Amino acid sequence: MFNSITLGQYYQTDSVLHRLDPRIKVVATFLYLVSLFVANSVAGYLVSALFLAAMIALSNVPVRYILRGMKTIALLLVITMLFNLFLTPGDVLFQLGPLKASKEGLILACKMGVRLSMLILGSSLMTLTTTPTRLTDAMETLMRPLRRFRVPVHEIAMMMSIALRFIPILMEETDKIMKAQIARGADFEDRNIMKRIRSMVPLLVPLFISAFRRANDLALAMEARCYRGGDGRTKMKPLKYEGRDHAAYAVLFGYLALCIALRFVKGMLPGFLGI
Amino acid sequence: MSIRIEDISYYYERDTAMQVCALDHISAEIPDDQFIGLIGHTGSGKSTLIQTLNGLLKVTEGHIYYNGEDIDGKDFDRKALRAQVGMVFQYPEHQLFEADVLSDVMFGPKNLGLSAEECKARAEEALRMVGLEERYYGLSPFDLSGGQKRRAAIAGVLAMRPKVLILDEPTAGLDPKGRQEILDLIAGMQKSTHMTVILVSHSMDDVARYADRIMVMAGGRLLMYDAPQAIFERSEELEAVGLAAPQIIYALKKIREAGIPVATSALTVEEAAAEVLRAVRKSGKKAKAARRQVHV
Ligand SMILES: Nc1ncnc2c1ncn2[C@@H]1O[C@H](COP(=O)(O)OP(=O)(O)OP(=O)(O)O)[C@@H](O)[C@H]1O
Ligand SMILES: [Mg+2]
Repeated sequence: MFNSITLGQYYQTDSVLHRLDPRIKVVATFLYLVSLFVANSVAGYLVSALFLAAMIALSNVPVRYILRGMKTIALLLVITMLFNLFLTPGDVLFQLGPLKASKEGLILACKMGVRLSMLILGSSLMTLTTTPTRLTDAMETLMRPLRRFRVPVHEIAMMMSIALRFIPILMEETDKIMKAQIARGADFEDRNIMKRIRSMVPLLVPLFISAFRRANDLALAMEARCYRGGDGRTKMKPLKYEGRDHAAYAVLFGYLALCIALRFVKGMLPGFLGI
Repeated sequence: MSIRIEDISYYYERDTAMQVCALDHISAEIPDDQFIGLIGHTGSGKSTLIQTLNGLLKVTEGHIYYNGEDIDGKDFDRKALRAQVGMVFQYPEHQLFEADVLSDVMFGPKNLGLSAEECKARAEEALRMVGLEERYYGLSPFDLSGGQKRRAAIAGVLAMRPKVLILDEPTAGLDPKGRQEILDLIAGMQKSTHMTVILVSHSMDDVARYADRIMVMAGGRLLMYDAPQAIFERSEELEAVGLAAPQIIYALKKIREAGIPVATSALTVEEAAAEVLRAVRKSGKKAKAARRQVHV
């Protein structure tokens, strides 16, 4: 029932991106998001889009699978674009009642839409190609310098990895309970919004109970294994950079440099590229 | 109220690298008033099959007919189907949610749109059927023991008065006495109400005692669908897919190998004991007769 929520769930396959060190994937995702805000012309967006397309091609994840995940946030995207279209002052293109769509608004809406889609695609590509364990490992290593400032880095990473680990479990649980209540005649798709909210009770009560039970079990299991936080803890598989990771860093910084350069030559770009 | 399954297949995570074929071209016919045992190794597709039967999962290929009507048909009333094909999931106690037992059991009938009195009457009847006494009605379902919770959950489905009752491993996680009680209860209900029961289980011993017919699944295929005796004749095939005939059949086979001519069609320990006694007495008489002949 929840098969539609594929946004950002790890996709098991073999590819260069899957094998990369998770740290570079975290850094690359962050820098990619930055690059999207550096871009200020069609040319800049084109370069970002090409970069993303190349990465998706490298990842071996079927495009259909990625796009299916996008469906869940399509509504958010459309609303954002509509807001931009109608609320930006400028030359009026057309009018819908009291709402005026402007030329500037149209351009801004398009840019915003493209930027948001690439932002979401880019970050979901990271989680699609990295297991949650490796992801939190990378976070922990990257944030290690913050320990100086008494930030509980290990604990934060542990909480994150547990939270990530529980998402599919809770989803499966929701699916199960939903089916059980549907079999007892529950209707989760009633048009009436009040009825629909009330129909959530038979779903949420068992779900919370099971979440607490699981949390309790996990805490017990961790204590039984003498877990006591991050001090002095070592890793079974420490992260280590390899040749391909250095190459990836080179590609990444090359891309970033191009994005920055494009920002400064905006005025000199020919035709629509400079918009 | 027959169910006809025609060449159905089901895939999980269709069109991805993780695609699993959970049901592989299954056909079967389930007549009225039968106790069907559905058995198979872990991951053989039992839970998937039963979920297609009341429309919770839509089959990828093939058709399921309930009383001759295609359940995926355009104007088929799936809500009505779910009222008639009751489903008790594995660990059904995890679906309890109301403040007290009685209201939880009333949830199903209420969804059928029945009057409050009718709901209450049905809930009380269902609770009586599963053997929960009146003093439990007002308790929170979470204050019951494991076995009692399970009974309450089963009552929650029974209160809808289904014509077909499907149970997915209703005895999982119970002690031997609890298992026996639940199974006896289900078998008794089947006898008295003449509904069709489909019981999913890992254990041949559990199923052998009660089932009129047994379905054996392996790797998403329906391997056998026959009367229990006929199934246990093929114990080698069962072993090949990680199952076994009931323990007692093996014991009887050993006894026969040892030279006592017992039949190996018994399904329960009691039947087997009677059979062994009969065979021993008979061979004892023969031996006596032989001795007498020697004397003469
Ligand atoms: N939600 C799901 N997503 C993907 N694959 C699934 C899902 N549920 C089941 N499967 C797969 O489908 C196959 C059949 O599963 P099913 O649950 O029907 O088996 P089962 O016979 O009920 O097993 P068990 O005796 O362990 O309950 C298995 O290979 C399983 O891995
Ligand atoms: Mg199962």
